[in-house]
Amino acid sequence: MKSIVYLHEIADEDRERVGGKSLALAAMARDRMNVPDAACITAEVYTDYVTTTGLSERILLELGRKDFEEMRWEEMWDASLRIRNMFLNTPIPIRLSAILRDAIEGRFKGKAVVIRSSAPGEDSARASFAGLHESYVNVTGTDSIMEHIRLVWASLWSDAALLYRQELGLNFEKSTMAVLVQEMVVGGESGVAFGQNPNDESQAVIEAVYGLNQGLVDGTVEPDRWILDRKTGEIISHSPAHREKAILPTPEGVRPEPLTSTEVDTPPLDGKRIQKVFDLALGAERLFGAPQDVEWTFSRDLLYVLQSRPITTRRTGEPTDNRAWYLSLRRSFQNLKTLRRRIEKELIPAMVEEAQSLSRQDAAKLPDMELAAEIARRSQIHERWVKIYWSDFIPFAHGARLFGQVYNDTVRPTDPYEFIDLLGSTNMASLERNRMLEEMAGMIRENPRFAESLRNQKKDFDPGFTKVLGEFMERFGDLFQGLAQSTKQREAICRLLLEMASRAPTDEGRRSKDVEALKNNFLSHFEGEQKGEAAELLDLGRASYRLRDDDNIYLGRIERQMLAAIDEGRRRIENRDALDAKHISTKELVKTLEDPSYVPKRYHTAKRATSDDELKARQLVGQPAGPGIAKGKARVILDPSDLFDFKSKEILVCDAVEPQMTFVVPLSAGIVERRGGMLIHGAIIAREYGLPCVTGVPNATSLIHTGDEVTVDGYLGIVVVG
Amino acid sequence: MKSAWEMRKALKDLFNAQHLGVLATQGGGQPYSSLVAFAATDDLKYLVFATTRATRKYANLSSESRVAMLIDNRTNQDSDFHNAMAVTAMGTAEEVKDSEKDQLVKRYLAKHPYLEGFVTAPTCALLKVRVDKYYLVSRFQNVMELHLKP
Repeated sequence: MKSIVYLHEIADEDRERVGGKSLALAAMARDRMNVPDAACITAEVYTDYVTTTGLSERILLELGRKDFEEMRWEEMWDASLRIRNMFLNTPIPIRLSAILRDAIEGRFKGKAVVIRSSAPGEDSARASFAGLHESYVNVTGTDSIMEHIRLVWASLWSDAALLYRQELGLNFEKSTMAVLVQEMVVGGESGVAFGQNPNDESQAVIEAVYGLNQGLVDGTVEPDRWILDRKTGEIISHSPAHREKAILPTPEGVRPEPLTSTEVDTPPLDGKRIQKVFDLALGAERLFGAPQDVEWTFSRDLLYVLQSRPITTRRTGEPTDNRAWYLSLRRSFQNLKTLRRRIEKELIPAMVEEAQSLSRQDAAKLPDMELAAEIARRSQIHERWVKIYWSDFIPFAHGARLFGQVYNDTVRPTDPYEFIDLLGSTNMASLERNRMLEEMAGMIRENPRFAESLRNQKKDFDPGFTKVLGEFMERFGDLFQGLAQSTKQREAICRLLLEMASRAPTDEGRRSKDVEALKNNFLSHFEGEQKGEAAELLDLGRASYRLRDDDNIYLGRIERQMLAAIDEGRRRIENRDALDAKHISTKELVKTLEDPSYVPKRYHTAKRATSDDELKARQLVGQPAGPGIAKGKARVILDPSDLFDFKSKEILVCDAVEPQMTFVVPLSAGIVERRGGMLIHGAIIAREYGLPCVTGVPNATSLIHTGDEVTVDGYLGIVVVG
Repeated sequence: MKSAWEMRKALKDLFNAQHLGVLATQGGGQPYSSLVAFAATDDLKYLVFATTRATRKYANLSSESRVAMLIDNRTNQDSDFHNAMAVTAMGTAEEVKDSEKDQLVKRYLAKHPYLEGFVTAPTCALLKVRVDKYYLVSRFQNVMELHLKP
């Protein structure tokens, strides 16, 4: 086995051992281009490490919990987080680490390095893993370099890389990773060059920033951009950036710093240097026989090439992949802080306002034509918010993820989800609703007379209770979906309260002390300025976590207003034309309301294939999303009306815990959900109430039936039926 | 695994690929397991195997006909944990009657041609297990049951 090869030793036949990035740098070094000194830790070392430690099979077991095709992005992230933690907690065996340490000390003692991924076999003309694996800049000292090598290995399983493999249908069983340890060049100006503009073959593109390249690559620093004529090298256009900051090295790592006033006013490259970078891109293209995407930096007057790879090309008409969106799910701290302000100060208030203004318009009072217009309007409004949900709210979920990663890197807990306990216990809208319910249930528990009166459907038997119930109805009076009338809502809520009162009160605040201890322990790993940043990150993580719950509630309010109008429309058609309007789409509904002579098309509901044999689930595997074990009868929610019958200590089984369902959570003994993930609504609420929870169970609602005895193993993520 | 059809397909593929299974019998309350060459009928209702009448399993079956059989595709490597599939069949064994023997021997030998001498020996019995239920374990811990129509 060849563990380490130096740049000058790498030959073309080493491709599978060193990966495309190392191979390209070696070729450029041979061609006398200015390349920083580097060593490659071969893919064989990775394979040796994951095989001897058993990590290889643990990873495949983790990813084999369900059909890879069926995994959602949130499940990918969870799998990725667990795998990363496995790497963090699995030291490199002494035999292997001794070889690596010797080589690193011999070559890079006292020098700062950049540690880059160089995965063999994955970068090709069809697929580009650019940016999906990690690189670490400005790492010094053998211990730290060794540590970061493991992190680069772990990034072979980053969520973005997993999502990309899923989309392209790539097999990951044999995936390996070589690591490039490259001497750090502290450049004053850096950037990327595309030998050919992906949007116009006659052009080349150069982007440049002050300082290091990282800010440009991860999107925190906006670059100046030049478009050049590929044939003549003439500059066609220059788009100056709004120059503010540069990424500069610190004793450990990098950080953004403000630019000097001269830098703010001057583009990072002048004409002569632009030509130099352009020549470099063309030189690389000549060497590799295809247009290249080159990363470069100027250190004093010397131009270095840091890496080069072929530009990924797609034939026209071929669907473009979603790599950019996957990458957008990973955001920097700065970027998230900006996003938080936008969400908290603009989007959420606008959403609340939107729902309120919709609720002021009573759909039932509109004549048919206006109702049709109102249905169309509300659908559009809802659609617009769903888009915002995907473009802003979901990426903001990364705040919790970013915190989780930092927490796991510093604290190294054995439970990779320990950080969630630290994020919880914040004021979530759904918890406030449940607290009010619990308060009323408490009043009933203490006054048996109340229960009696409620059972006999008496009203106003106690002024105190009437007041609290009135307040609750005011704020959350649309608790049960599908019950338009407030009297029916009241009845259903009273029934729920009686059920809640029949069991012991939930123990609130039981974790507040642990949370304080976890927080102090986390912060104790930081000193000085870093401590403040860590606290700020925790705050951001909490906001992000809370929003994962609240955004659903707010979006739910808008959705309910839309559904109220649609229901009203359906009801009218049913009365007017005596037809079953259940399976008519919104568009068809609008048309039928506008034109009484129009006959709406209906969509067909799929029939289940029947067979004489009976298929039963015995043990289903999902993800462990809330620790603990619970046994009970299943209550499968196929329709919102199934919630009416929910009994204390039942197991809630559903496709996804929708925000409007969470009021039954305190009644339940455990949760099973088809939708997977740790940061999804159901998992968050389950964790808040300390309930065992398993998410990501394929076909949960069809394989489990109401009344089945179910055991929820929230430690292992298993559901046993029967 | 979403449907009975899907599970049937997985069972058929596994049974076609595997030659041996582990048969569990019991005598006087003591479980006893042995490796047998098996073949399944197309409708998956029966698993057929052969044994000489002097064996312990044959003696056990004479007093207790309820059996279990394990058929799996492990390769004795780490990857088995995420890749391997194991099926447990539960059912009742009985000796094949003369009227159906030709057909089942043909079926059995189509899969195990090298056992011709063994199966046709006068001391050898052909047995069939009428399967009530199959348990299929995949992805390490996923367990599905298929209850066959009686």
